[in-house]
Amino acid sequence: MSDSKTLIKIQHSLTQRNRAEARFHWYGRIAILIGLMAVALLFIDIVGKGHGAFRATYINLDIRYDADLIGIDNLSDTEQLSAGNWQALPKTALRERFPDVSSRRDKRRLNNLLSNGAGFDLKDRLLASPRLLGKTESVWVLADDDIDTYYKSWLDGNAYEARLTGQQIQWIGELHEQGSIKLKFNSNLFNRGDSREPEQAGIRGAAVGSFLTLVMTLMLSFPIGVCAAIYLEEFAPKNRWTDFIEVNINNLAAVPSIIFGLLGLAIFINFFHVPRSVPIVGGLVLTLMTLPTIIITSRAAIKSVPPSIREAALGVGASRYQMVLHHVLPLALPGMLTGAIIGMAQALGETAPLLMIGMVAFIVDIPNGFSDPATVLPVQIFLWADSPERAFVEKTSAAIMVLLSFLIAMNTTAVWLRRRLERRW
Amino acid sequence: MQATHLLSLLIVLGSFSFYVSRGRSLALANPLGGIRNLHSLPSYYGLHAALWCTLPATFLLAIWLIFDEIVINAMVMTDLSPELIPSGNASYNLILNKVANIANGILPRESQPSGLLDAADNMLSLNVVSQWSITLLIITLAMFGLAWSSHKLKPDFRARPAVERVMQNLLLACACVAIFTTLGIVFSVLFESIQFFRSVPIYDFVFGLEWSPQTAIREDQVGSSGSFGAIPLFVGTLLVSAVAMFIAVPIGLMSAIYLAEYADSKVRTYAKPALEVLAGIPTVVYGFFAALTVAPFLRDLGASVGLTISSESALAAGGVMGIMIIPFISSLADDVITAVPQSMRDGSLAMGATQSETIRKVVIPAALPGIVGGIMLAISRAIGETMIVVMAAGMAAKLTANPLESVTTVTVQIVTLLTGDQEFDSPKTLAAFALGLMLFTVTLLLNIFALHIVKKYREQYE
Amino acid sequence: MKLKSEQALELDESHVTVGQSFCDDPKMTMRNVDVFYSDKQAIYDVNIDIAKNEVIAMIGPSGCGKSTFLRTLNRMNDTVEGCRVDGQICMDGQDLYSPKLDVVELRARVGMVFQKPNPFPKSIRDNVTYGPKIHGLADTRVDLDEILEKSLRKAGLWEEVKDRLDQPGTGLSGGQQQRLCIARAIAVSPEVILMDEPCSALDPIATAKIEELIKELSQNFTIAIVTHSMQQAARVSHRTAYFHLGKLIEVNPTEQVFTMPKHQLTEAYITGRFG
Repeated sequence: MSDSKTLIKIQHSLTQRNRAEARFHWYGRIAILIGLMAVALLFIDIVGKGHGAFRATYINLDIRYDADLIGIDNLSDTEQLSAGNWQALPKTALRERFPDVSSRRDKRRLNNLLSNGAGFDLKDRLLASPRLLGKTESVWVLADDDIDTYYKSWLDGNAYEARLTGQQIQWIGELHEQGSIKLKFNSNLFNRGDSREPEQAGIRGAAVGSFLTLVMTLMLSFPIGVCAAIYLEEFAPKNRWTDFIEVNINNLAAVPSIIFGLLGLAIFINFFHVPRSVPIVGGLVLTLMTLPTIIITSRAAIKSVPPSIREAALGVGASRYQMVLHHVLPLALPGMLTGAIIGMAQALGETAPLLMIGMVAFIVDIPNGFSDPATVLPVQIFLWADSPERAFVEKTSAAIMVLLSFLIAMNTTAVWLRRRLERRW
Repeated sequence: MQATHLLSLLIVLGSFSFYVSRGRSLALANPLGGIRNLHSLPSYYGLHAALWCTLPATFLLAIWLIFDEIVINAMVMTDLSPELIPSGNASYNLILNKVANIANGILPRESQPSGLLDAADNMLSLNVVSQWSITLLIITLAMFGLAWSSHKLKPDFRARPAVERVMQNLLLACACVAIFTTLGIVFSVLFESIQFFRSVPIYDFVFGLEWSPQTAIREDQVGSSGSFGAIPLFVGTLLVSAVAMFIAVPIGLMSAIYLAEYADSKVRTYAKPALEVLAGIPTVVYGFFAALTVAPFLRDLGASVGLTISSESALAAGGVMGIMIIPFISSLADDVITAVPQSMRDGSLAMGATQSETIRKVVIPAALPGIVGGIMLAISRAIGETMIVVMAAGMAAKLTANPLESVTTVTVQIVTLLTGDQEFDSPKTLAAFALGLMLFTVTLLLNIFALHIVKKYREQYE
Repeated sequence: MKLKSEQALELDESHVTVGQSFCDDPKMTMRNVDVFYSDKQAIYDVNIDIAKNEVIAMIGPSGCGKSTFLRTLNRMNDTVEGCRVDGQICMDGQDLYSPKLDVVELRARVGMVFQKPNPFPKSIRDNVTYGPKIHGLADTRVDLDEILEKSLRKAGLWEEVKDRLDQPGTGLSGGQQQRLCIARAIAVSPEVILMDEPCSALDPIATAKIEELIKELSQNFTIAIVTHSMQQAARVSHRTAYFHLGKLIEVNPTEQVFTMPKHQLTEAYITGRFG
């Protein structure tokens, strides 16, 4: 029978076809695995590089708050205080710890164990409790970033000695044996603004800048986006003008973010003379950038409110605005908020347009308002990643960890909000 | 008074109008036998008054905010004593800055020429005049609005439709922000680009083979041929994007196929969001990863097999960019694949085709337009991506197709040209806008085309 | 009358409605009404009166335009993109499609109950008091509570829900939800109530309750009801109008329509030849 011939033919081809099937299946699995591995690798790499930054190296010294040494006689005289030689305090203490160091070069090397800002930390300490003047206390003083890098790597078992001399390594060894050098929680990372010295640099300025910029963005983009979405879904007549608005929104959502930076530079800064580097201009640019996202998600949320609710409201004689305001909007709000959070997460992670409008400047002070020069977390990461000091790698990774945890928190909230509040019809 | 003060004043006046008018409408309704005898609810009468009180005044305030500084500056500069009159644009700005700094007390008044001091005093007095007049104007306008609205307030006044008309226009204005944004982008890049093409011919820019904007700092070399040839940048951008797509398309597509056709719901619920984590990671993090982890790794790997791989290779930047784009492609492809009707699959499976045959011969061809649209959107994304290339690709423009070498891209050059303190009108900064124009045009065309394809595809199966 | 062939069921172009379309003291009058959706015509030249305090039922096969016709009476068709109404529809002599007319006011006077119960996802109290609130029908909370109780009583729901007025309306059973929607409609004290297949989503027991309610309401309100169930039309209505492919074929007292229809199409429909 010819039928059995066909069957035999099919059976012959079958082994090969099944093998092809299995191969194809595996391609899919491998693709997924590669994607998941990339996620894992990224996180492991960042955490591996950055976890150390949450602790810093401190050296224990007996500090004597000697007024003559600092060169002051009155603690309330600010002029004196700012002219005082505060770094002399830890330097002297360190020299007392290692009395046999005599040559100038060795003394300098010894001083290099300490952070340049150590003296100012002691100043703050003294001003907080003035009765310490003239007394001696044992203080953990911040070490230099090179020492920090070496000490951490040495504790881990593969010491990185490139930037230290043998003598410095020996000093550190001695301090370690005496228990006078150790890792403590790095509060500077969370309490300070940017600095040229890695051990003193912190993300507080950038975090506050990010917060202010985001507040500005949210205040502008959420109302405008929701209003635009309401107009397009509920009121817009179907004509060319509304089609044109729609095409515009869809395209803006796909325009590279750096173009928004160019817009900000040319329009806001050069035309309207908004000052550079401030959260206001950052917020304006990010508003325009996130607006399409918010409009698109808000429209989806409005669309998901069933028409029967609208009919019910109109049926009892509500006007279209009352219908929207009293019924559609409250029901669509969770979806809109989800969209807003996603838009804000996008804005929080954005870097490129902010480089264009001067938020890339080196700013030490923590901004106090919307018109203070500021930078934001992602830009801070970019700046630190560009710095040559090895210790900044650790800081950068730590800043990334902070940024990522904010983003994860925001996205989790968005998902939670959607699950919790969104109605199923 | 400052703008913020004026704004809060308006808010106070607005709420005052609201309460007064609402109260008045209630008082009107009482003798008539309840609010059912009013045309609209009392709150609408209140809103009508509040809108009339605040809207025109706010509008005026906005106009004042925009033009105040410009007008005052122009007036100060025309009243400048003759010996100080500036010759060029640059010195005009310099003098203006000096005057403003003296006026604001940033520069000390001592040892300044008397002409400048006069100008600074002039500026201060003009500022005072301007602020007082705007305050008065705004209060008058607000009062007129309130009076007008009170005049209209009668039981049969149709307050609700009146308020709703205003709201409709406000909503429309919000929707038009999108159009103004596009216009803003077009104008900002177009105007600066036109200025740029005055000093550098457009032909030299688009077809020039050499890019070295640094030489243009010296006045005598402005516009010298070859300095602003953008071909190496285009090639670099394409090279990096090609590497990215080479990684993202197969992995993204196969992930989407696996998730849509093979994976059970359990794998889907975990794997899909896990992949989408990649889409939520900021690009600056990818840049860091590319520059500090992937690039050194590739360089060492190359060295161990005797290949020279630059530490700013297109491979590292493009590869990491590819990883970033994987979820973008996979979620778009997932959407279009699940939109293919089940009946098509059933038809193929019923003939005895294996699942992979069905996918390759039936599902993918049916979903192809959507997939192509998605890939085009991804390409547009790769071309416009900035941070990864800024951090991991090179600065020097090199005309090469070798992904192991260092190349630079359009976006890298825009960032390099515009960060740092440049004068705004120099050809260097203008060149950035010309590059921006190119970038915007190309991505816009890609987007319009891709969105059109995807839309057509969706309509087909709806 | 016997039908000779299927041919006989086709409409002639110059069709005139048979039966008693008009009455002496009409609440609403419709003259030469055409309705279009974009270019498609849905209703052809309908002329009919609706009398005060009558229940008029609209029947006909699906897609015949009876719902469209109902929705022209309170301009709910305005919400449909591209819908156009020609001709004249008046209530108490006032043109409903005059540009001067406020739709909001019209819909307060002509209430509507929809096919699927669609309570707002709010409390029972908020559902009923929403209309009175937006129309300013109550000056105080006491007035509002009075309206609430009266409406729920009229809708026959008061005894069932008086202890849980602040619970969501969506938590009620289907029949209760529909009665809540009726209560919501009558809370605004409309003159006319339109019902668009109000029982199609309900079980027989709930249906019986609603029908009972319609009979009671007809003492105070004019009711126009669209139904796909001929039995229901027979049970609740005074007059019945039969629609076919957008045309009004026959209007007569209900008893007459179901016992001796004048038009062959009506007869074909009620004897189950199509539907």
